[in-house]
Parts: sequence; structure tokens; C-alpha cells
Amino acid sequence: MNIHEYQGKQVLKQYGVAVPEGHVAFTVEEAVQAAEKLGTPVVVVKAQIHAGGRGKAGGVKVAKGLEEVRAYAQELLGKVLVTHQTGPEGKEIKRLLIEQGCDIKKEYYIGVVVDRSTGRVVMMGSEEGGTEIEEVAAATPEKIFKEVIDPAVGLQSYQARRLAYAIRIPNELVNKAVKFMQALYQAFVEKDCSIAEINPLVVTGDGEVLALDAKLNFDSNALFRHKDILALRDLEEEDEKEIEASKFDLSYIALDGNIGCMVNGAGLAMATMDIIKYYGGEPANFLDVGGGATAEKVTEAFKIILSDQQVKGIFVNIFGGIMRCDVIASGIVEAAQQVGLSQPLVVRLEGTNVALGKNILAQSGLDIVSADSMADGARKIVELVS
Amino acid sequence: MSILIDKHTKVITQGITGATGLFHTRGALEYGTQMVGGVTPGKGGTSIEIELEGGKVATLPIFNSVIEAKETTGATASVIYVPPAFAADSIIEAVEAGLDLVICITEGIPVLDMVKVKRFMEGKKTVLIGPNCPGVITPGECKIGIMPGYIHKPGHIGVVSRSGTLTYEAVHQLSTRGLGQSTAVGIGGDPVKGSEFIDILARFNDDPQTHAVIMIGEIGGTAEEEAAEWIRDNMTKPVVGFIGGVTAPPGKRMGHAGAIISGGKGTAKEKIEKLEACGIRVAPTPAEMGSTLMEVLETKGLLEGCTTH
Repeated sequence: MNIHEYQGKQVLKQYGVAVPEGHVAFTVEEAVQAAEKLGTPVVVVKAQIHAGGRGKAGGVKVAKGLEEVRAYAQELLGKVLVTHQTGPEGKEIKRLLIEQGCDIKKEYYIGVVVDRSTGRVVMMGSEEGGTEIEEVAAATPEKIFKEVIDPAVGLQSYQARRLAYAIRIPNELVNKAVKFMQALYQAFVEKDCSIAEINPLVVTGDGEVLALDAKLNFDSNALFRHKDILALRDLEEEDEKEIEASKFDLSYIALDGNIGCMVNGAGLAMATMDIIKYYGGEPANFLDVGGGATAEKVTEAFKIILSDQQVKGIFVNIFGGIMRCDVIASGIVEAAQQVGLSQPLVVRLEGTNVALGKNILAQSGLDIVSADSMADGARKIVELVS
Repeated sequence: MSILIDKHTKVITQGITGATGLFHTRGALEYGTQMVGGVTPGKGGTSIEIELEGGKVATLPIFNSVIEAKETTGATASVIYVPPAFAADSIIEAVEAGLDLVICITEGIPVLDMVKVKRFMEGKKTVLIGPNCPGVITPGECKIGIMPGYIHKPGHIGVVSRSGTLTYEAVHQLSTRGLGQSTAVGIGGDPVKGSEFIDILARFNDDPQTHAVIMIGEIGGTAEEEAAEWIRDNMTKPVVGFIGGVTAPPGKRMGHAGAIISGGKGTAKEKIEKLEACGIRVAPTPAEMGSTLMEVLETKGLLEGCTTH
């Protein structure tokens, strides 16, 4: 789960990570009041959307005085910001972070992730702050330093010091940087983050080590033990269909194509998208109905797929293991009748009670195209929508 | 022979009185697995009667702890069906009890819990498969997990996979072509897990009954790339690969917690290129996993030896 920058900074602050003073604003008036409260000569007006690259896209403004704050807030609120992470449709700005300006001496990068190959949390640092870390990794990988953290003892001071020296934090600020990194690690593990990225971390003219930006992602499997984090979820930043799907325990991801897919199992669902593409079609979504699909779930899955106006046909690919094919087939028939399906529907069933399942589909009187294999099904649906 | 489990393996279920645990314990018993007991804290000393197909009833003792279950029944393996919030604790308990094999089916365990589990397991003898996996099956001998047993046939092809239903798809393609399986292992779809491809490939390499292997990977991480190098340097048997997620967009988690392209890494294209560069044939579509392996076996003169039914 993603949260906004200002929320991320509030979470980090609880752990003693140094962040600039700032307040969230939903209206122009609130923005001006927030700037007044800060009382600093320079104030930064930052668009709050769930995407990176806001600075480059014009979503971060430096204001000198309240009138400039008002002008920038007016300009940004309601504007659709297009960054390299939002896609061409962009995202509407509904919240601003009004933050004290600071005298930046140098920018660095600090990131915390779970590293799969070691099975450990890793802290990464680079003196190339402010730029995309992927670019640094591609162009100058020797400028990225890593510390692998033993979960039994946490991030040790010597490790944080080693990282601070490696990225060339000024000597007199190394201790502050160590405190910063240890606080960041603490926040990461206690709040079950999946990513914590501080880009940039800055060293200021008055000798502070601050998180100028903060991107926190949380492990959705751990949200059950973090009600405070769950409360920060901003549904307006998420895809409506994905939210609807999650209510029924369906895993749905919207894509750009016109062939709706309904599959059991994440791996098979991904492979089904691939085979549609292989035969020249474009999948409209990833949809995993899970192992225990019921008629109700199948119906909801159909509704969600069809709420995408682009969908011109549906491919159902089910390998019934524990779930019996006859149960799935009844679900499909019921769902197709209930939603009044008018688009072509290709169904591939395999596994337990497959003959019974196919029979139910054939007897239903519905216009359902049956497929003998995954490849056969993919070919048929691609043909039907073209 | 086979890997990890065979007809002698004695198994306990952790979370046996839950709906899922009970359902799949019944399935394992019906398949012929030597299920010898279960663990549900608070219900120790009682027993559970499980009615099987055909009206036969199996009675299994329940214990409060894994160590009691192990000492009383002689079990060497456990399978875990407890809810995600308690699963890490269950794994650690089973490791501490000194079981040889722990298979964790539970989906949705927080990743930092698994980081702790892996740290705890360092230097211990227990092998962990999963979490978030379908389990392990040695056809005709022992089934531990949620896979449909009847699609499997005993034979000589090893199957290792990050995905559940895609494993069934591969096994089905093999069985319908007369290619039985030595053992099929689902290692699971989570980013931090007990066993990786290489751990399982090494076992297949050492198993005389396994003549060839299908490895099914997906987007996210670099486990497939590491496995490809290992295969190139160590594997004496042919391996055919498949990688799911060629069409997956970056930054989106495709169902499995581990299936996500992040920071430009972990794409299917990179993985397929690496596998091919290491001399591994990759099935072009998920519908051709079985046929691709068959072609490879034929060119190597191994098809006859692998055809079992």
C-alpha cells in the first residue's frame, strides 16, 4: 500500500527521522494558513499524488511570501499532473504539502528494501541524490553502497557509519546521519514497510540531516497489525475496479487491452495474459479468482471485467484442482445470465469433473465457445474480438 | 527414488482442526500419504475422526505442540495451514522441533516475518518449502499440499515452480503425453521463502529417478537468472523453462507478493534471455511446456526412458 509524502514524513517523525516542518492543505486558504504558521521566508508547495517524478513535472514550487504560496496553490490544486510514473492520463492534485524551505548544501539517496536473494533487509545509499536511483544503478553502479542487516540485531552503528562515509556525508554530520539511518530502519521494520526511499536526503547549511522527500510503501500482508497505517490509505489514488475487486477477495489489475480475462491462480492468470498477447490479442486485465471461487465470486468478477468499457470479449481459463469444474461452470452460467452478457465468451475448463462442467456450459443455451486447451482458447477469443 | 518425500514419509498437519487443514489432510489421506497426527494448541490429547471416500474413517491424534507430535508419532515432516498472522511462529516451532521438512501452504505472511524465519533457520537442518505454495507431491507415494493428486503420474520428470495452478497446467501437459513425474515442488510466490530454485534443482540433479526437469518461473527478483547459471555450471540433466509475465506492466503486483517488476529489474524478457544464454530451452507459451520438454528429450534420446504410461 502506498501513502502520500506528507503522511510518510509524519510516520518517520514518530521514529525520530528528521524531516522539514510542514502541513497538508486541501484548499488554497489552508495552504496560505499553513505557510503563515510556518513563518519561514521560503516555503515549498508540493503536489501530493501517489507517483514519483513530481518535481520534473512541475508539481513542486518554491514560494517567497504568502502571495506566491496562494498563486502556486491556485495553480496546482485541481491540476492534472503527468509524470513518468502516472501514465499519460496523469493524476489530479487534490492535496498539497506546504513545507519550510531549507538551505540545501548537498543531496544524497537512502533507500531500504527487502532483498530477496539474501532474505534480509538492505539499506542502500548513494551520493547521487535527487536523481532516479535506477539511472544511477544503470550508469554508475559503483556509486551505490549497500548494508545487509541482520534482523536479530538490527542496523548497527558501525554499518550506518560505513554507509555514511561511503556516500561522503561531511565528517561533522556523520553522527547525525547514523541516527537518521537507524531511525529509518526502525520505522521500516516496526511499520512493516516494503520500500522506504529518501530521495533526496539533504545536508543543510545549518548542519541538519533531513529527509526532503519520503516514499513509503507498506506490505499489504502486514496491514492487519497496523490500523494506523491502513487509515492513511487514499482510495482516490487507486483504481476503482481494483478496489471493488479487493472487496470480493479477487486480485484484479487493469490493463490497456480489450480481452477480459478470468483465471484461477496468479501464475496461470499471468500466463493467460501472455498467451493472448502471443496470439496477437491484448489483455484488458489480470484477474485471479483464487482457489476457492464460488458462483458469487465468479459473478462479481464478470461485473468488474465488464465495467471496463474497452472489453470486447472474455476468456475464462480455469484449471480446476480442488475447485471442481462443474461448480465453476454453474457459476459462469449464472453470472452470464445475471449480467446479461453480450460479448463473446470463450471458456477453457480443465481438471476435476471437466466433462460435467463442459456439459453444463453446453446445456445452458448461452452462446459460450468452448476451448480444448489454453492455446485453443486464446486463439478463439483473439479471433472473436478482432 | 524421488526428492524430499516418498511413501515412508510420516506427516503431521499444523492447524489440523481448521477448515483448510482438515480438508487437505483428508485429501492427503485419500491419496495414501502417511498422515500420522496434527497440532492444534489447546486440543492436545484429543483425536480427530476423518471420514474418507468410501466411508472409511481415519483417526488422528492431536497434540498441543509439534515436539510432542514428533516424539509420539515419529513424524519427520509437517504441513502448515495456520492463518498468516501465526504462520511464522508455526514454522519456527517446527524447525525447533527438528523436523526434516516443513511445507508451509499459508498465503499472505508478512515478508518481514519471513525475514526473521530465514534468519532463525540458519544452521538448522530443516528444509522449508513455501510459504504461499501448493506443496510437494511424489506421485503414487505421498502428497503434501493442496494440488489435485489425480493429474500426477509416477515417472522421471522433476517439476519446480513459483506458481500453483501453472504447475498443475505443466503436470497435466506431461501426464497426457505419457511423461510421469518423479516429484513436483511448488516453492511458492513470496519474495522471501524457504527454498529457491537452486535448492530443488540440486536435489533433482542428485536423484537417480529424475531424468529431466521443468522449471516454471515468473517476473520479480533474480532467482531464475541465478538458477540458469547454476544449471549451466552444474546440472547434468536437461532443463526446460517457462517464465510467466511477459505482458506484466512494471510496478504492479501480479497476485503473488513476489511477482512484481520493480526498479526495471525482474522482467520476463531478461529472465528468458538469461535462460537461453545458459543453454536452457524456454517454452514460448504456457501451452507448450510439455511439448517443448518432449522435443528436448527426443533430441537427446531420452524420450523413451521418460515415457512411463
